[in-house]
Amino acid sequence: MERVLGDKRAILILLGPALFVYTAVMLVPIIWSTGYTFTDGNLIKGFTFAGFDNYIKFFRDPTAIDSLWFTVRYAVILTILQVGVGYLLAVLYTFALRRGSALIRTIVFFPTVLPTVAVALLFRRFFEAAPTTGPVNSLFEFLGLSSVDWLGQPGPSFWVIILMDLWRSMGFYAVLLYAGLVDIPEDIIESARIDGASGWKLIRTIVLPLSLPVLLSSIIFSINGTLKVFDTIVALTNGGPGAATTPLTLYMFRTSFNYGEYGYGSTVALMLTALSFLATLFIFRSTRRDLTKG
Amino acid sequence: MVGIGLLLVIEVYPIIWMVLGSFKSQDEFLSEPFWSLPREWNLDNYVSAFVDGELGKYILNSVLAVVPSLILIILLGVAAGFVLEVMVWRGRGTVLLVFLAGIMVPAQMLLLPLFTMYYRLNLTGTLAPLIITYTAIGLPLTVFMMATYFRSIPREVFEAAAIDGAGIFRLFWTIGLPLLRNAIFTVGLVQFFFIWNDLLIALTFTNSNALRTVQVGLLNFTAQYGAVDYGPTFAGISVNILGTLVIYLFLNKSVMRGLTAGSVKG
Repeated sequence: MERVLGDKRAILILLGPALFVYTAVMLVPIIWSTGYTFTDGNLIKGFTFAGFDNYIKFFRDPTAIDSLWFTVRYAVILTILQVGVGYLLAVLYTFALRRGSALIRTIVFFPTVLPTVAVALLFRRFFEAAPTTGPVNSLFEFLGLSSVDWLGQPGPSFWVIILMDLWRSMGFYAVLLYAGLVDIPEDIIESARIDGASGWKLIRTIVLPLSLPVLLSSIIFSINGTLKVFDTIVALTNGGPGAATTPLTLYMFRTSFNYGEYGYGSTVALMLTALSFLATLFIFRSTRRDLTKG
Repeated sequence: MVGIGLLLVIEVYPIIWMVLGSFKSQDEFLSEPFWSLPREWNLDNYVSAFVDGELGKYILNSVLAVVPSLILIILLGVAAGFVLEVMVWRGRGTVLLVFLAGIMVPAQMLLLPLFTMYYRLNLTGTLAPLIITYTAIGLPLTVFMMATYFRSIPREVFEAAAIDGAGIFRLFWTIGLPLLRNAIFTVGLVQFFFIWNDLLIALTFTNSNALRTVQVGLLNFTAQYGAVDYGPTFAGISVNILGTLVIYLFLNKSVMRGLTAGSVKG
């Protein structure tokens, strides 16, 4: 039996192809890309050694700092909103709707699977100001407010992006967190009710602490996803107006493929990677500290 | 109850508005208020999206990229998951960790080296770069999920078959694979949505209109029609939305289970 389950040749045949593809198309490029950060040039021009120039350039480049700042702001705000609203929905499903929540769960989840580009183009029309007035601005006018050029100004564009991503993702986080909430044993909640806890107090003292693990993994998943945002923004604002809504991913794409700066583009990509590792580490650390305190 | 009603309106209304819009004429867009129903239900906009907008070609390209990628991801992923979880050998824990590490790395780290690689291998101008990249990016999560599913099968099942004299490949084909049928379907569904909805990889590695996938094609719709010809753009978006809706109507349980399972890592 050990001979069969430890068959070296079979291990090679079954694991080899996956390991080869993964190594050639992911591991090698990661190292290769890190190598690019010390060079200047591109495929056509050729490459020259540049030392740490790209790193210095990154921290002195106002556009890079702006997109770094945009990425962080977007990731933090959207994470708080999508996990927060998702949690509220999950509480609603679990405690208010109970068994009847299946249909609503399914409907609210649906936008998650819609193609991002389609959703972004839809929202562009939905928030349109000119030449035709979209539903949102029509509603504004109906309420006696003046219509807003949502995607023509930096501030409003930011919030349309956030709103759209919240619309897409809250159903997903609701289901994810719901799975954690239904796992809480019924009798714990019952006995807390008998002790007189209800409503917010019940949630704060019993439900929230017990759902901390699934909440934590949602936050990590969310921050990692939002730091890498690309599709939504390209299709909704294409980084504009100006460069006001350009995340690091899009800035990397521009420097690499529009301006052909492979070295600098790779540096931006590496900064993004470092950022997601640091964010994950930070969340892990801060929650562990809290747990030891409590 | 009012809150739930409002929630459903917010989630569903934009989609309904889009689909209704796909039947309106340019004139109706400009003169009628947004809540108006289409004056007549004809398919002019859809015809225009497919004929002038070449939506059919984009869909075909997407299918041609998605199907081979999915087959490769599943085959390679299940085999690797089997070796990493069921088989016994030194170093399997490390290899699983190496695969796991790939989940966190942003695709931006891969684009430039891959671009160089595909260029040198003369693969630009075909769909091969898409298929190769999708397969590799899909592997870490698939391997991880497959290993997890294999872990839930009692080891005795495999050990008993091995004692009865089954070779390792028979073990894999006739016991491992059939037991994982549902898991494979779920993981395949998750990967299907990832790949079908992808914009980044498709935008990077398709350099001509002939190769565009649905998402890249749709992105160029607005440019193609100018910002003002609404109907065909609405129809193009609606085709995308309705296609997804049909899949979701039948498979929503698997979709929800698969996508949320894919997010719980480590």
